[in-house]
Amino acid sequence: MIALLKRDLALAVRAGGGFGLGLAFFLIVTILVPFGVGPDSGVLEIIAPGILWVGALLACLLSLDRIFALDFEDGSLDLLATAPIPLEGVVAMKAVAHWLTTGLPLVLAAPVLGTLLHLPLPAYVWLMASLAIGTPALSMIGAFGAALTVGLKRGGLLLSLLVLPLYVPTLIFGAETVKRGAEGLATGTPALMLAGITLASCALLPFAAAGALRVNLR
Amino acid sequence: MASIWQYANPRKFMETTDKVLPALTVLAAAVVVVGLVWGFFFTPDDYKQGSTVKIIFIHVPAAIMATGAWFMMLAASLIWLIRRHHVSALAARAAAPVGMTFTLIGLFTGAIWGQPMWGTWWEWDPRLTSFLVLFLFYIGYIALWEAIENPDAAADLTSVLCLVGSVFAFLSRYAVYFWNQGLHQGSSISMDKEEHLADAYSNPLWVCLIGFGLLFVVLVLGRTRTEIRARRIKALEARERMA
Repeated sequence: MIALLKRDLALAVRAGGGFGLGLAFFLIVTILVPFGVGPDSGVLEIIAPGILWVGALLACLLSLDRIFALDFEDGSLDLLATAPIPLEGVVAMKAVAHWLTTGLPLVLAAPVLGTLLHLPLPAYVWLMASLAIGTPALSMIGAFGAALTVGLKRGGLLLSLLVLPLYVPTLIFGAETVKRGAEGLATGTPALMLAGITLASCALLPFAAAGALRVNLR
Repeated sequence: MASIWQYANPRKFMETTDKVLPALTVLAAAVVVVGLVWGFFFTPDDYKQGSTVKIIFIHVPAAIMATGAWFMMLAASLIWLIRRHHVSALAARAAAPVGMTFTLIGLFTGAIWGQPMWGTWWEWDPRLTSFLVLFLFYIGYIALWEAIENPDAAADLTSVLCLVGSVFAFLSRYAVYFWNQGLHQGSSISMDKEEHLADAYSNPLWVCLIGFGLLFVVLVLGRTRTEIRARRIKALEARERMA
């Protein structure tokens, strides 16, 4: 399983892996928003938590179809399915690799983009914390969506249609954590709910995703 | 001994629904008409809302059936995953567009009522929002059915989506309460006397509810029959190509 993780990371980081694409997308979305709503710092300050979370979510979505598609095309997914490690483990490792190459860079880049949007000072720690505990759920839910649509020819658009409604609770609790942080309120409840979603997703969704993969591989 | 599982046999299902469906259709139409006519013309106007209150006779049954349809799909998906009865998978597929339509009716009648009463067509109220999210789940579910060619794989994948989607739809429903306070009134049908509608309204509402429920059953049975026939035509075509 560790070998699989290393392989996926290497594939993602090296040329043609699309590493950094999500990060660049996150940057562009965040920069576009002030062009859309105007440079007024009062407005930006209020919408910054939501924009940053929606941006992170879309950046995650961008690279989801790569989780299984390439391995499906060249047949290595069939090999992984017949390998001695359980398919659930494969799915979990793929999601971890996706998070390490997409989610983690977003967490680290978020404070810089927060500055661009005049995010209030006390919110920074909660921005990073909420993204750090929320993005694993995004990767795991996304891996489930990718597993559902892996065999389809034009799966990309359908994938976003399936995954985005599933992202609603994560987005609500994530953005709420940052918003409360910005206003200096207690952030415990939404942050714990967010952690709950992440943990439950990581515990249960590998089974659903592996089930979907088995259907697509038969 | 008779058991519900004998209707999992497509032939038995077709035979039975062939006999039951015409009578059920007439019954559903009659109950809906009686309920709506009673509700629209033989109830008093509300002292605050005037006659706009009467949209409740469409809005509430449609909304209840919209969530009911999803639960029916969930049950049918579970039956498909556990017992592999094709009729069950096709019934889930048949129910999705009906449920989506009920969701849309609920949203639109709500908007029409909300404009004069709340002064807005749309408000990001928890109930309204969770219904919009439910609508998105219906779209995704139907799109997945349409996208996959192999019928068994499509049934499997949509069933898994329905299971996971149910959990997340449920989660969203409570997450939005956390996110915004509500403008929507409490339940119309409630054990709580204070919250429950006055009898003058609730009696025709019950009739409408039963009518919409029957309507849903009729539509789903009819659409399931169509799906079974479409499946049979495909099998015949495949056989012809082989010959």
